[in-house]
Amino acid sequence: MENIVEIKGLTKSYLNKKAINDLNLNLEKGKVIGILGPNGSGKTTLIKILTGILRQSRGEVLIDGEKPGAYTKSIVSYLPDRNFLYDWMSVEDAIEFYNDFYEDFDKTKAYELLDFMKLDKKDKVKALSKGMHEKLNLTLVLSREAKLYVLDEPIAGVDPVARDQILDAIIKNYNEDSTMLITTHLVRDIEAVFDEVIFLKDGQIYMQGNAEKLREEKHMQIDDLYKEIFAE
Amino acid sequence: MEFKDNLPIYVQIKNLIKKKIASGELKKGEKLPSVREFSTKLKTNPNTVQRAYSELEREDLVFTQRGLGTFVSEDEKTILELKKNMASNIVKSFLHDMIAIGFKEGEILDLIKKNIKGE
Repeated sequence: MENIVEIKGLTKSYLNKKAINDLNLNLEKGKVIGILGPNGSGKTTLIKILTGILRQSRGEVLIDGEKPGAYTKSIVSYLPDRNFLYDWMSVEDAIEFYNDFYEDFDKTKAYELLDFMKLDKKDKVKALSKGMHEKLNLTLVLSREAKLYVLDEPIAGVDPVARDQILDAIIKNYNEDSTMLITTHLVRDIEAVFDEVIFLKDGQIYMQGNAEKLREEKHMQIDDLYKEIFAE
Repeated sequence: MEFKDNLPIYVQIKNLIKKKIASGELKKGEKLPSVREFSTKLKTNPNTVQRAYSELEREDLVFTQRGLGTFVSEDEKTILELKKNMASNIVKSFLHDMIAIGFKEGEILDLIKKNIKGE
């Protein structure tokens, strides 16, 4: 299997605290991968390094064979865990903004997804509820023809209906040519979507594997495993 | 559908489809939902549904026609066999539970008869 991401000996220190500690990880192409861990486990730091926002203290990161930079940004579609649109924009403006910004943006797909999410293109970003906001952000991120999608907490704080729409959109837009990396601490709601799961603890990989194999071996769902690992 | 058991999800999906075949909700020769459709409905990874379909095919309960989809077996004998197997498993687990709470064979039979009569 070909790897879309290869990480060797990755360390990220803040003063004397290590957010990521000598982490090794390969991610296969065409998989939906869950990165699971509580707050402070290193999820967001790892993602920020992958998306080129933060630079590592030590170690090597390769995405599609390249170090994080202009090329990797052109093939990685990133959903941050906070808002990145301007308040004055309408939904339509946001789509135009993305269309101007990213060469791989598919406007037709964006409008289809918008429809599916039941969002109105005339709505103002400022007037959107949290769930609608998340749906718009995801619409933009999934409308790029990226090789790697990085979704940071895509269902945190949204109502169950919006959550289901978000999960549907993720499943519908998943394809064998791209990889989806999803961080979450809401494991129960989303675990059935993952091919692989990675448990992050104190900046290191505590456990990693095929989700179905882990369910078979441990005789429990991933959510229960998560609770067991992070209970103390 | 919420996945709660201690079983892998593909096994749970297999069991769900088996139940529908046994009950007749899915008739012989009937088309199953496409992998994409079903995975969206269950909010699960398409690979998981694909695996469930492949295993059901290996058990001859469904068959795939290239480009057309996956269909329930047309063989009545296979479906009857499935029903028998499922029934036998239900009875076994019931007996296991009853014996575990201290019932004897005769008592269990009496209890079943009474319940069927609605007493």
